[in-house]
Amino acid sequence: MKSVQLAQKVRLKALELCYKKNASHLGGSLSIADVLAVLYSGFLEIDPKDPDNRSRDRLFYGKGHACTALYAVLDECGFLRDYNLVEDFIKDGTFFTAHVSHHLPGIELSTGSLGHALGVACGVSKALKLKGQKNHVFSIVSDGELDEGSTWEALLFASHHKLNNLTIIVDFNKIQSFGNVEDVLNLEPLKSKMDSFGFECLDIDGHNHKEISSSLKYAKSERVKPLVILANTIKGKGVSFMENQLLWHYKSPDKKQYEQAIREIKSKS
Amino acid sequence: MRTNFINSLSNLAVKDKKIFLLCGDLGFSVLEEFIDQFPDRFLNLGVSEQNMSLVASGLAMEGYNVFVYSIGNFPTLRAMEQVRYDICYHNLNVTLVSVGGGYAYGSLGPSHHSTEDFAMLRSLPNMLLGAPADPVEANLITSFFAKRKGPGYIRLNKSGEPKIHKDLSIKELKPGEIIRVIKGEEKVAVLSNSAILGEALSQIKNKSLGYSLYSCPFIGLIDKDQLKKIFNHYERIITFEEHQRSGGFGSYILEEANDLFLDKEIKKFPVLERIAVPDVFQSVSGSQEFLRELSKLELN
Repeated sequence: MKSVQLAQKVRLKALELCYKKNASHLGGSLSIADVLAVLYSGFLEIDPKDPDNRSRDRLFYGKGHACTALYAVLDECGFLRDYNLVEDFIKDGTFFTAHVSHHLPGIELSTGSLGHALGVACGVSKALKLKGQKNHVFSIVSDGELDEGSTWEALLFASHHKLNNLTIIVDFNKIQSFGNVEDVLNLEPLKSKMDSFGFECLDIDGHNHKEISSSLKYAKSERVKPLVILANTIKGKGVSFMENQLLWHYKSPDKKQYEQAIREIKSKS
Repeated sequence: MRTNFINSLSNLAVKDKKIFLLCGDLGFSVLEEFIDQFPDRFLNLGVSEQNMSLVASGLAMEGYNVFVYSIGNFPTLRAMEQVRYDICYHNLNVTLVSVGGGYAYGSLGPSHHSTEDFAMLRSLPNMLLGAPADPVEANLITSFFAKRKGPGYIRLNKSGEPKIHKDLSIKELKPGEIIRVIKGEEKVAVLSNSAILGEALSQIKNKSLGYSLYSCPFIGLIDKDQLKKIFNHYERIITFEEHQRSGGFGSYILEEANDLFLDKEIKKFPVLERIAVPDVFQSVSGSQEFLRELSKLELN
């Protein structure tokens, strides 16, 4: 499956989960869908049938609230073949909580509280280097997560220890929980911050599969410094009335909105 | 006690190649014993305790048996949510080690008073607490946690603590084990742990109280059979701790007593007196001895 098709399927499934289960955080799932689709189209080397294999690449997904995108991509790629995602999602007694759970195959770490995944990814990256393992570690962080002091502690660590087996992808959709990032707690100039912290920082269009692909290809090449991919994204990407709207951090679509959203996503294939 | 910890850990690390030590920029003239022998299994994380818990989690996920060393509240309360969500929820092999339990760093002020650690940490699922009373127990506890799977916490005092167990025959602690320190002629038992147990021993001897004294180096998993025998035998039980009254070791024993009574494991509810810090911050400067007195940690 091509990454563009996978992204479309991820968007449709995230939408379906939010619609059918009245769930939140659709905007953030739509913003990261393209990055996830490209990652799972060959860059993240992990066998869906053996997701705990020690020689896998690791993904630490910091934005656990945008669970519908990760669950969707795992489902599309065959990790969740023993489950029925749409039926099980946030159903009483299942592990499909509305923040990602490590009790499910293919998920390294439960997240939901922000500012955790990157630090753990740093520990794993360091451990892999010490053990001489060549597997790569990816960590996806939201822009809201960059408010957390623990994220900056982890950034200092990654840089100091020259974790060149680590790639940090920032889903920079510029809208956080209660407003625009620049109004709530400004992160800019983010690229220069990362540069000055000792990272290589690629500033890309986080919806352009060619740009995502080439940055991930570079990520997995022999490098000296740890890498930050600043994925400039749009919250709610792919559905016109959701794009750049804070409301869709919370709201789930009604029937009419759901049907229109499906039409729009399908029309962009 | 801290030297016993690091010597024990260094000895264990010779065989156990998975033992890894992290520190939060503390441990000068203590940790060198380990660092010199195992430079590849040591990291100073800098003054960043939240990240230290996270990195510890990542190392543990990759198979390392991680010990995190720092002072008082820093590896614990400072990083409480990381301890809860990453270390405990993922049930990882990480043992937090705090030097400066209770008022060991008394004159450094309330930032360095560790008098809420038991309450905070014992509420966490998967977490087991160790509070050794003397250098002998510090060795045993270190060895216990190095072999145990899952999250742990060791409260150490500082240095120069007297040896309480002069001829202890125990080579390995069992989970929740209670150790009798002295047998008195009165029907009163004092249950204690960590360095304050030495103070209990002195007071019992100096005041000729005739009480029995038991060390409970674990908070959690307590040996219920041993506890039942103590409750059944003595007419009065005193818990004695260098920790706030709320939620600490005394509370733990009280909860156990309540459950044993409700489960009909004991016939009468024990008379249980809790001697603890009276839920206050001690703002004045003072030695450990002075602040213990100020907190009225006295046996009578």
